[in-house]
Amino acid sequence: MELLQTLEQMGQDLLGPAWLPLWTLLKIVVIVAPIMGGVAYLTFIERKVLGYMQDRIGPNRVGYFGLLQPVADGLKLLMKELIIPSGSNKFLFVAAPVLALMPALAAWAVVPFADGMILSNANAGLLYILAMTSLGVYGIIIAGWASNSKYAFLGAIRSAAQIVSYELAMGFALVCVLLAAQSMNLGDIVRGQQNGYGMLGWYFIPLFPMFVVYFIAGVAETNRAPFDLAEDESVIVAGFHTEYSGMGFALFFLAEYANMILIAALTSVFFLGGWLPPLDIAPFNEIPGLFWMLAKMSFFLFLFLWFRATFPRYRYDQLMRLGWKVFIPLTLVWVVVVAAWMQTPFWLW
Amino acid sequence: MIGLDSVVFFLFAALSIFAALRVITARNPVHAALFLVLAFFSMAGIWMLLEAEFLAITLVLVYVGAVMVLFLFVVMMLDVNLERLREGFWRWFPVGGLVAALMVFEMITVLGDRAVATTGAQIAKHAADYSNTKELGRLIYTDYVYPFELAAVVLLVAIVAAIALTLRHRRVPKKQDPSKQVRVKRNDRVRLISMPSSKKVSAQPDAAKAD
Repeated sequence: MELLQTLEQMGQDLLGPAWLPLWTLLKIVVIVAPIMGGVAYLTFIERKVLGYMQDRIGPNRVGYFGLLQPVADGLKLLMKELIIPSGSNKFLFVAAPVLALMPALAAWAVVPFADGMILSNANAGLLYILAMTSLGVYGIIIAGWASNSKYAFLGAIRSAAQIVSYELAMGFALVCVLLAAQSMNLGDIVRGQQNGYGMLGWYFIPLFPMFVVYFIAGVAETNRAPFDLAEDESVIVAGFHTEYSGMGFALFFLAEYANMILIAALTSVFFLGGWLPPLDIAPFNEIPGLFWMLAKMSFFLFLFLWFRATFPRYRYDQLMRLGWKVFIPLTLVWVVVVAAWMQTPFWLW
Repeated sequence: MIGLDSVVFFLFAALSIFAALRVITARNPVHAALFLVLAFFSMAGIWMLLEAEFLAITLVLVYVGAVMVLFLFVVMMLDVNLERLREGFWRWFPVGGLVAALMVFEMITVLGDRAVATTGAQIAKHAADYSNTKELGRLIYTDYVYPFELAAVVLLVAIVAAIALTLRHRRVPKKQDPSKQVRVKRNDRVRLISMPSSKKVSAQPDAAKAD
């Protein structure tokens, strides 16, 4: 930390007003580069985990233990030809993958990795997160429409309806967090969960139903199994990215996995105390907060993979029913319950 | 000397005017909807400059994140015939022009005086820990509670009306009861019959008839 401060001071003296944009750019690179690396290795871990769950070995040919597999896959996708279908809207067809990836990366600006380790300590952080996660659907809709293909369009329509439905439940779950923390700043939300008793102070205890709803809605928002109706390969080929090849396809993949990591990070921040240690005693609180944050994120990412290996895909009407008839009433009631609970002396958080 | 604020303001202002013009001039309705999204974004940028971060982000969240998605949804599914839409343009132009002139007049009379009065004034800058959201919430639920509740009732009426207009009861309802579906046991659906795997075939009677 002191080293960082001296570095910042030095840069300030050296470059003057040009230093701030440069320093911010550096911070962005420091956040985005590990996310991209994480995405690459998440695909590898996904294939390994799915493999072992299905009694297979998974990729093990490229590099030791198959560790170079993501690099090989990335290279392959880079080398492939970009095919633009005839009759498609060329500009939007090319712009769609970019529109899908952009909000997935932009949302990381307000995510705290450890105490003070945050790009933008914005007061309206929670609102910003909601706004950014709701923008990801544009890439999918535009991709489906611009492809000029029936399957892609069906996938896009499914995705739009799904994301709009689950966003409501997600928003109400976050209203409960907001009530409990009395702040929309993500750093303050984590600090609100610090009460000296370790994990007993985390919001997943008073807001347990919201914790479950938020994570399931997160799985649905990212179009992951069992909610991957937008790319339902047994029904609509590959859904919205049927017509994409090479790097366009890779960008959609990057966006999906970056969104998964984001949902994992957000669930840890909102409900599992972000960078806080599970027990506030000697060996645990000596470990840096970043480690705890990453451990919690890894847990949720494993859940994503576990879901994919375990659950059969939802039917579309079941998906809509779960969103509108189960999650939204449940979250609405819990908002009232939490608001009333907080007025009583039994609120201990 | 133009400050950074002004540069950003003019950038967003130019972008929103351009996008708004393209909304009505774009030939493709999907492009028009996407330009409207761009217009919302640049307006959100201008609100952000005014330190109205709650309103700016809510504009993006509600209009861009939900309303425009549904708009696009509808526009993409409908087969909009532009030639037919443009057919009566010049015939209805005087009526449209009159309405537009009325609206401009209205805007100027409502906003004009106040807008001119505040152009020179500096908008108060707030400290970093000032919460726009809290302040807005306090105002809505105290000073402006009646207009706010009235707006909520109008919205509720609109929701009920939209559902009442589109709800059609089928003659043969295809309703599903999920709890019933979950409670189903194997024996309700499948009947296992024990059958011998092989059967003794009697000497072919048909073959004898054919001869």
